[in-house]
This record gives sequence, C-alpha cells and structure tokens, in this order.
Amino acid sequence: MRVWKFGDDIDTDAIIPGRFLTIYDPAELAKHAFEGTRDEFAAGVRDGDIVVAGRNFGCGSSREHAPLALLGAGVKIVVAKSFARIFYRNAINTGLLPLVCPETDAIQDGEVISVDIKAGCIDLEGRRLPVEPVPDFMKRIVEAGGLVAYARSLDRVETCNTA
Amino acid sequence: MSATIVEKIFSQHCKRPIRAGRVVMVPVDAAMIHDITGPLAIRVFGEMGGERVFDPERIIMLFDHQVPADSIPAAENHVFMRRFADEQGIRNYDLREGVCHQVVMEKGRAAPGEIVVGTDSHTCTYGAAGAFATGIGSTDMGFVLKFGALYFRVPESILLEIDGTFGRRVGAKDLILSLAGDIGADGATYMALEFTGRAIREMDMAGRMTCANMAIEMGAKAGIVPPDATTWGYVTERRAIEPFDLASDPDASYRERRHYDVTDLAPQVAVPHNVDNVVDVTEVAGTRIDQVFIGSCTNGRYEDLEEAAEVLGSADRFAESVRVIVIPASRTEYLKALRAGLIERFVEAGALVEAPCCGPCMGGAFGLLAPGEVSLSTSNRNFRGRQGSTAASVYLSSPATAAASALYGEITDPREV
Repeated sequence: MRVWKFGDDIDTDAIIPGRFLTIYDPAELAKHAFEGTRDEFAAGVRDGDIVVAGRNFGCGSSREHAPLALLGAGVKIVVAKSFARIFYRNAINTGLLPLVCPETDAIQDGEVISVDIKAGCIDLEGRRLPVEPVPDFMKRIVEAGGLVAYARSLDRVETCNTA
Repeated sequence: MSATIVEKIFSQHCKRPIRAGRVVMVPVDAAMIHDITGPLAIRVFGEMGGERVFDPERIIMLFDHQVPADSIPAAENHVFMRRFADEQGIRNYDLREGVCHQVVMEKGRAAPGEIVVGTDSHTCTYGAAGAFATGIGSTDMGFVLKFGALYFRVPESILLEIDGTFGRRVGAKDLILSLAGDIGADGATYMALEFTGRAIREMDMAGRMTCANMAIEMGAKAGIVPPDATTWGYVTERRAIEPFDLASDPDASYRERRHYDVTDLAPQVAVPHNVDNVVDVTEVAGTRIDQVFIGSCTNGRYEDLEEAAEVLGSADRFAESVRVIVIPASRTEYLKALRAGLIERFVEAGALVEAPCCGPCMGGAFGLLAPGEVSLSTSNRNFRGRQGSTAASVYLSSPATAAASALYGEITDPREV
C-alpha cells in the first residue's frame, strides 16, 4: 500500500470542500478529494493506496462525503494518531477502516507499507508499528459489512442493552 | 450512585443507571436533517430497507445551507427532500425558517433531558437547552430514521467552572474561543463539556447557544448547560413542559475539572487556519480585512446583531474597503432585528443583509473569498478553504469585534471604538 502522508487536524473541508457537497457518488467526490489543499492527490491516488495522518484526522463537519471521497479514490484504510469522533463513526459506517496508530511519525509519504489487521500492526521497511484494536461493537458493524447491511438484517432494535 | 448530567440523561432514557464509557443503543427524542446531509440520510434509510420513518413528529427537516437553491443539484436535493417529507408526513420547515440549530431551538424542539441528534456537527448547540445533542453522519441518521434509536458511547464529561463577569464588549464568543485555544481542537474528543459557574448562570440563552455550539471545535461529542430558570423560561415559552430538576451530582466523576475566570478576558480572535489558534484581539489588531460576516448558527441571533449595532453606534458607514455581510440566523431573529431598526442601520451603513441561511460559513453557496483575501467572521470555523479559496484566510471573532473591524477595515479591538 502506497502512503499519502498528512499532518495534524486534517479537517473535512480539506478532504472535500463545501462546494462539492451536492455530489453523493464516491467516484465523483474522489475527483475533488483534497482539492485546493493537495491537488496531486486526486490525480495520483491509486486503488489500494493508504492515507496516513497525525492527530485529529477528520475534524469539523459531519459530512459523510469525506469518507466517501476517500473510498471513491480507492482508499480503504486511514491510519492516524487519533480521529475526530464523527469522522471515525462515519468511516466505520461506510466501510472505510480507521486505524489508530500512535507512531505514524515513523511513516513517510510515498512509502509502501502493509497493514495486518488481524495481527493489529503495520509493517514498513525494517519496522513493525502496533495499531489499536477496533472496539468490539464497531467490529460487529464492520463484520456485518457496514451499518447499512447491519440495519438491513434487523426488523427492530433492542434498546438499552449495554455492549 | 452519583452521576453527571449526561450520565443521568442516558440513565433516564434506559430507566437504569448507565455510566460513562458504556456503549448503548438508546431511543432518540428528535432528529434533524438539512439540505446537505439529509439527501444521503434518506437514501441510506431506503438502502436499509426503511419504508416508514420511526415517528414523523420527531423528525425536523429544513433547508439552510444552499438557500435559495444556488445550483441545479441543490434545487434537486430540495425537491427530493420535500417529496420525502410529503410521503412520510414529516414537518418540513423548508427554506422558510432559517439556520437549522437556531430553528430547532426557537421552535422548542429540544428540551432538558432529551437526546437529540442531527446530521450537522453543530447539533451540540441544543446543549444550551439542557439536552444531550450531538452531530452524526448520514448513515447513522438513516439508522435513526428507521429505528428511532442509535448506538452511543456514553461520554465522560469535563466540568468547566467559569466564574467572573465579562468586561465591556466581551462575551460568550470570546469565552468559547479562549476555551478552544486552551483545550485545543481535539482536547475534548469523545467527551461532553459541562458549562457551569457564575458567567454561565448570568449568560442569556443566545450566549449559551454560542458556547454549546462550539463544543465540537474541541472535538467534544456534546456541550451542555445544566438547565436553570433561564433555560426553563426559554423552553416553556415554546413547549408545554413542566420544569424538573436535572443537574450533575456534586460528587459526580469527571474526566477533568477546569476553572476559568472571565473578568479580565480580552476580546478573542481565532487566526488562520485552526479554531484553537486563538489570541487576544490586540495581537492581531491592524490586520487588513476584505470581508466581514456577521451571522451563522454561532452568532446570528438578535442579541448578536444588537451587539454589532451597538458598536456601530452613531457611525454613518462601515469602511468602504470592506464587504459586510449580515445574515440573521432565522426568520424570527430577522423580524426582531427589523422591528428594532437594526436591519435599517446595517443597510444604511453599507452592509448586505441576506435572508436567513448559513451564508459564507459553508463555503459553497455565496460570499466566497478569492485567493489572498481575508475575512473576519462570527461563525465557527476558520479552516483553510472554509469560506472559498484555500489561499484565503479566515479569522473568527465576536459580533462586537466584527463590527468594530468593519468600521476600520482592519481587525479592531471593540473596546477602543
């Protein structure tokens, strides 16, 4: 997986600017991903590339267009030191896997890495970085194939059972 | 067992004690969708096999981000949502009432102890009404529309004890900007901010809404002001509801308690390109600006417009070098300002007064900035590209600072005007 490296506090306006929010098709959104902040991304991103960032990735607006734009670009995993809450949830719900790794400083832009989700680690040249496990209840949604598939399997929900 | 107000709200919904950190599926009392994130939520609802929404009376629909429709796709989204509202029997405020968070509050659709969700990150505004309110994505909203419930991780709380009294032309926006600067853009991620102390008790609802609105700018899931006489006065004017006691226990367990005093607080400005990049106005005074925006869910209420008009005072005109855009947050607030003569004052002084909507704040509709331009805005985000070009700069301030700066064409300390 080829790395697109970003810094801290990458907000959802940067991932997909407000003027494209009437678009809902992931492939169309992907054409405008990081437009104005990193123009070479949309042109250069390839299926299976990975986004790696610092703290608070996806802060700001609740727009689900942000994970959709990344998915449309062929990105299936985002690794960051931490995620903003709404983005994290939106990513899980739409099938983009957000992985928390405190040591993303060790990963360079353009580097080729591999992610072993089961083992919970990232392998790069001569090093192995741990990623934090996805919380159990989130895993259930991912394993169901996203929140839509999970919801389709239910006629009603049991409320107030704690997980 | 002692509990925070947030734990109590979740416990009351589940009729048994629910502690912070637990993940729980809870029924929601109300859900808001608007024209940007609503269409996707409706599509997801269909993909989830949804046919009828869980309860049309608990759903609030309105259009505010692209109104009147600024493009054909926006117009199509509006048509799509209107049709859904008609089919489902949902009350649709359409484009008539104003900015979502202001409308939910002023129509009494959020009340103490309720759990309210909205497909907008600033849904946390309703914490000013003593509700637990949080922004969610469209897929989560599709789930809510179908089931009337959603998974939550019950957040820990940070207690903010805010004492003192504000100085002249310093207020709620300066407080919340200084908190963002101190706590940081991710300092409250996954947590709830509980606003307490004398400065909050003495604050009107408009100011409390400004504070709760920007809890998200610190990463918080919610901001909440424990309901008091001010809250109940506001809510009972809008809805038939009997006041009840709802507050954290004195020995509740907090992630952190932080103490502040606003007595010596200077007007605050968030400088490009992060909301937590906050300085005293004196540090950036003299910065040339091209545009001033007074409005948004953060600062578009009557009280905000009055604050700006007070600074304008008897001056004839805003500086000719500045475009001043004033947008009341709702039709109701617009009418109040109109009847008080504020709209006339702004127009006479050279401002463009637009119909209630999000305006330049969402960076897609109008009032956009060219590369190299500088805006001072009373809204909530100064991210690169938020109001147009990614090569433009956005500063954030209170309405008083915005009005003072509009008079001189440069960032100006409102205490000096």
